[in-house]
Amino acid sequence: MTANKAGSPLTAHENIVPDTRHGVILYVEDVNLSFDGFKALNNLNLYINDGELRCLIGANGAGKTTLMDVITGKIRPDTGKVNFGQQIDLLQLDESEIARAGIGRKFQKPTVFEELSVFENIELSLKGDKGIWTALFHKLSGEQEDRIGEILHTIGLVAECHYPAGRLSHGQKQWLEIGMLLAAEPRVLLVDEPVAGMTGQETERTAELLTSLAGEHSVVVVEHDMAFVRSIARKVSVLHQGSVLAEGTMSEIQANPDVIRVYLGEEQG
Amino acid sequence: MNTSINQDINQNNQQQSLFRSRDPLHLTIGLLFITTILVTIGNLIFAESSAFHVSDYTVSLLGKYLCYALLALAVDLVWGYCGILSLGHGAFFTLGGYAMGMYLMRQIGDRGVYGNPDLPDFMVFLNWTELPWFWAGSNSVIWMVCMVFLGPGLLAFIFGSLAFRSRVSGVYLSIMTQAMTYALMLAFFRNEMGFGGNNGLTDFKEIFGFSLQSPSTKLGLFIATAIALALAYCACHFIVKSKMGRVVTAIRDSESRVRFVGYKPEHYKVWIFVVSAMLAGLAGALYVPQVGIINPGEFSPLNSIEMVIWVAVGGRNSLYGAIIGAIIVSYAKTRFTAIMPEAWLFALGGLFVLVTLLLPKGIAGLLPSIKQKFANTADSVEAKS
Repeated sequence: MTANKAGSPLTAHENIVPDTRHGVILYVEDVNLSFDGFKALNNLNLYINDGELRCLIGANGAGKTTLMDVITGKIRPDTGKVNFGQQIDLLQLDESEIARAGIGRKFQKPTVFEELSVFENIELSLKGDKGIWTALFHKLSGEQEDRIGEILHTIGLVAECHYPAGRLSHGQKQWLEIGMLLAAEPRVLLVDEPVAGMTGQETERTAELLTSLAGEHSVVVVEHDMAFVRSIARKVSVLHQGSVLAEGTMSEIQANPDVIRVYLGEEQG
Repeated sequence: MNTSINQDINQNNQQQSLFRSRDPLHLTIGLLFITTILVTIGNLIFAESSAFHVSDYTVSLLGKYLCYALLALAVDLVWGYCGILSLGHGAFFTLGGYAMGMYLMRQIGDRGVYGNPDLPDFMVFLNWTELPWFWAGSNSVIWMVCMVFLGPGLLAFIFGSLAFRSRVSGVYLSIMTQAMTYALMLAFFRNEMGFGGNNGLTDFKEIFGFSLQSPSTKLGLFIATAIALALAYCACHFIVKSKMGRVVTAIRDSESRVRFVGYKPEHYKVWIFVVSAMLAGLAGALYVPQVGIINPGEFSPLNSIEMVIWVAVGGRNSLYGAIIGAIIVSYAKTRFTAIMPEAWLFALGGLFVLVTLLLPKGIAGLLPSIKQKFANTADSVEAKS
């Protein structure tokens, strides 16, 4: 791989293109991670196919968010392999390099730049050179402005586009963060609890948006809301105590005796 | 479809001014220009007996304030916009001052007390026989100009690279900057350092061939400082309004998010820290010929804290606020220390507490809120009629 680690100037799409000839875009193999003896991730294996929509479910502490942290470079695992496509070793890159390589992340708690306007939040997230000199002399091109307009339209924040992001409601912030993800045009979107704090209608729109994104992007959704998972999921992975317990369609998962015992059983019982 | 969206965006542009005060570049530069012209006229044309006369002392004092304003601009750039609370900017200021001081020392030539044409007085006093290597070239203007920017810039680069790469931030960073300036102070107090020990560098005679005692040189230095401040203001304005400025603000708000968007916050922080340090160095270089001395006392952590208070009083996150704050607090200091010097630190501390409690956005934060009030009353009048 030829990732330019200097970071500036660096255009992600020129330097790093994941090799997905085997149909898999994200390889997570034998990953172990422990915090002070607590095994957060335990021989975890997960393969995400190019263009699929995958839901991750699991009880609190099952390792869902930790897994996202590992993939996005926030935490280094003790052992194991995390690859983007066949050839890019994500464990060699830091957060910003992973983001530029094409893995976008939405946090559990919506994190937007509160003092900047909605428009500027999207602008900063646009795909492109993230180096210092480019930033200093950067002018928005008409194309980019149109792209921002499109995204604002998609996330329904056109009227609020010059509000400071800090003034948005919780649900709107969630949407803005999704918009920021879209602007970066990532190959893989990791979405942590996208519908937390959303109204029923907003949840429906989010489900629509996420399903429409799959295909062109690979989407991994972590969610507690089982109704929401049912409405979007084609394939579900169940995490339990730091490893994958079961994988399959929602009905397969619901029929799986292990899953019923440790997770769904608790919910239904 | 896109055009209609963009129209919407443009319509909303007007709302933007409601929540973000526009930086009044032309107004600030204009005021600075007019002040400079008035002071020049007052100093040169009006006789000493006239009420409009501006004394040489006042010119020097104003020149000093403008140096402080430039320094406040530098502090505001890193603290107000990037959230890096540096309590060590005095170090960069003083280093710039020393670069200028070394040049001025060499201009004394054989007019010093000991009359040695090659060595500054303090070196003769220490029985040194030749210039230390780091004084080589110090009699050249080009060397001096380079050192004014390179000295502080290099220190900021090394310090910033180490601190920001290891992701040190917040209070820990502030304490480290404080330690940095304190360490430099202790080092410069030592005679062996070769910078004049605790007496520092002084007894300057001339700059670029002009006598430092002459009123016209003082006026020239004042005008040069005003020009430097104006240029620095334009540069800061450009940085703050560019995409760079938005990235830096984003880093202040949520550094980790910036990272996950694909920027390297440490690069941006180092860059802006270095630019700020260079501005501080420039301020120091302009300050030294106007006050006639530079000594290690300028490294004192107290000075660096005072700079932060200027910015807090004027309003961080606003460039003109930093200038206002520096000038007002420095003027207050001049008056206060003349009346009761021992109480000044208490007054300064009290001021800081008051501003933090009552005016979190500083003086600059007052103006938009007053404007807002007027706008609101105007709206309600319209609504009634």
